[in-house]
Amino acid sequence: MEFLASLMPLPLAVHAPAIIVVTPLLMAAIAALMPNGRLGWVVTLVSTVFTGLLALSLIVDVQSAGVIFYAMGGWAPPAGIEFRIDALNAVLLLVIAALGLLSVIYALPSVADEIAEGRQALFYSAFLVCFAGLVGVAITGDAFNMFVFLEISSISTYVMVGMGADKDRRALTAAYNYLVLGTIGATFFVIGVGFLYMATGTLNMAGMASRLPDLSDSRVVQAAFAFIIVGLGLKAAMFPLHLWLPNAYAYAPNFVTSFLATTATKVAFYTLVRFLFDVFWPEAPFVAISFFWVFAILGIIGMVVASVQAVFQDDARRLLAFSSVAQVGYMMLGLGIGTAAGVSAGMLHLVNHAMMKGALFMALGAFAVRFGIRRISDLNGFGQTMPLTSAAFTIAGLSLIGVPMTVGFWSKWYLGVAALENGWWWAVAALILSSLIALAYIGRMLAAIWMAEPPHDKTGGIAHARAPWLMLGPLWVLAIANIWFFFQPDFLISLTNAAAEAAFSGVTR
Amino acid sequence: MIELLAERFNYIIVIILMMTGLYAVVATGNLVKRLVGLSLFQTSVFLLYITIGKVSGGQPPILPEYSESYGGSNAGETAMAAASPAAEAAEGAVSQGEALQNTAEAIYSNPLPHVLILTAIVVGVATLAVGLALVVRIRETYGTIEDEALNQADYAAENARRSA
Repeated sequence: MEFLASLMPLPLAVHAPAIIVVTPLLMAAIAALMPNGRLGWVVTLVSTVFTGLLALSLIVDVQSAGVIFYAMGGWAPPAGIEFRIDALNAVLLLVIAALGLLSVIYALPSVADEIAEGRQALFYSAFLVCFAGLVGVAITGDAFNMFVFLEISSISTYVMVGMGADKDRRALTAAYNYLVLGTIGATFFVIGVGFLYMATGTLNMAGMASRLPDLSDSRVVQAAFAFIIVGLGLKAAMFPLHLWLPNAYAYAPNFVTSFLATTATKVAFYTLVRFLFDVFWPEAPFVAISFFWVFAILGIIGMVVASVQAVFQDDARRLLAFSSVAQVGYMMLGLGIGTAAGVSAGMLHLVNHAMMKGALFMALGAFAVRFGIRRISDLNGFGQTMPLTSAAFTIAGLSLIGVPMTVGFWSKWYLGVAALENGWWWAVAALILSSLIALAYIGRMLAAIWMAEPPHDKTGGIAHARAPWLMLGPLWVLAIANIWFFFQPDFLISLTNAAAEAAFSGVTR
Repeated sequence: MIELLAERFNYIIVIILMMTGLYAVVATGNLVKRLVGLSLFQTSVFLLYITIGKVSGGQPPILPEYSESYGGSNAGETAMAAASPAAEAAEGAVSQGEALQNTAEAIYSNPLPHVLILTAIVVGVATLAVGLALVVRIRETYGTIEDEALNQADYAAENARRSA
């Protein structure tokens, strides 16, 4: 990897943090001008591959250099906007780049099936804007800039969710509700940032972090903290602020769901970690209280209640969406444990969840492309009709439950260990309870797929079908990753441990 | 108490606007009215930021040389009196560097929040545009923009599909 990075021309290497955001933004305009969806897809693929390579080189740089600072336009902070990449956002960058690329490869057949031909190029354009926004949130070191990127990604997300209306009109109301709640969340966040600016006089996160410890008694800072937690909690779909998520995931185009489920809420979770541990500091009384009373409690309630809700869904994607809310609960629990081990476990679950939910939603999309199914009862007998896709779905489903031999096991293992270090046996009990409920809802789908009889066609035979290779490829990459990282967990664990360490060492230079 | 409130009347207006907007979002079932409330809510935040930027007695952050040539506003006049060397600078042929030094002595409002709010206004307009576009599509598809009627339409459609 170092060799690959050394091949890059110098200006590209120096300005990589800026180019990685600007490329998808510019390419979005080009994609919008493309005459048909296929060309739009090619433009999107080229720019995600290029962005992925840049992300890879940045991650390699972070591992050797520790922290990368980049002053936008040569204006040094506090006057200018600073991009700042350390081990914590490197993990996010890896997730966004990898899952973004896999989703784009997957997109061509899925989008061709679900979006009207005349709008496909515009759809890819919206995706690229969203992608640029997410990358921007992940690497910026400026609080207000983070708000802008958050909104860039959110606004294009509303558009993409709404485009599911070609298949199901409920996508429109889902997108509208998402827009209202998402905007309220973003506005809460920006109010909080405004308060922090009042108190510290800077928008640079490192600058804020260095001045805030003297102001821990200030009501302004405490109010800022509350506003920011609520705002980012809404974006991250933290229980009970998750109400926008189930419908948005259920009615959006399949490709959008698999991309959003793997990246958007993850990025919001990262911003929470960044603000809790770096901008604010974990020893502050109001932050320390929030670990237990907000994140641990709400995380546990979320992971049990949302799992129970998932069991009673008819719509397959809605079921997985509720499961996503529950999984956010796991991450929040990791955050609430408040130790380096807890944050590391939360980040590990973030990466793992991206792999399993990505595969699950992609498999559902593959079923939908061939047979247009949505409901769980329609999954009957898919083990015989589409065996390859069903097998990948099964692997990812088992991983979601946390069965050994899949990567989901490590998430729960490390979360449990971190909780026990704090003496939180009840958190472990909730973890096991929630996993058992996950067994119920995943089991329901697997039972339909493998045990029910497939519907017979007129001649009495069974329809056989194979998803397009472009869909099967990314799906199986993720499914195999779910198994591979169980046997080779060191890579992921060293990444997330470094991330937790970076979170605890703060953003000051 | 009244004095305390009078000193902070900007903030009071901000809070009233904020709560009005948020209440409108929650209380109404009409999708357009809900967007109006949302805009009001966002606008209150713009006012909050602008309030932060105000420095009492401050003038617009423009170099004295240039502010003279623009005819000098009311705010400019008081500031000119405060920074008399600035006036001289405008008369004589003084280098820009010195003019800059003079500005440092004058009191001026913080320009940064204004710049931030310009960005936030753009974000707000984009959100509103997407929101209204969605409402248009909803109206085309469902024939109504009342929340309750939309829910009923979806519910009826779901029931019809189940019995079919």
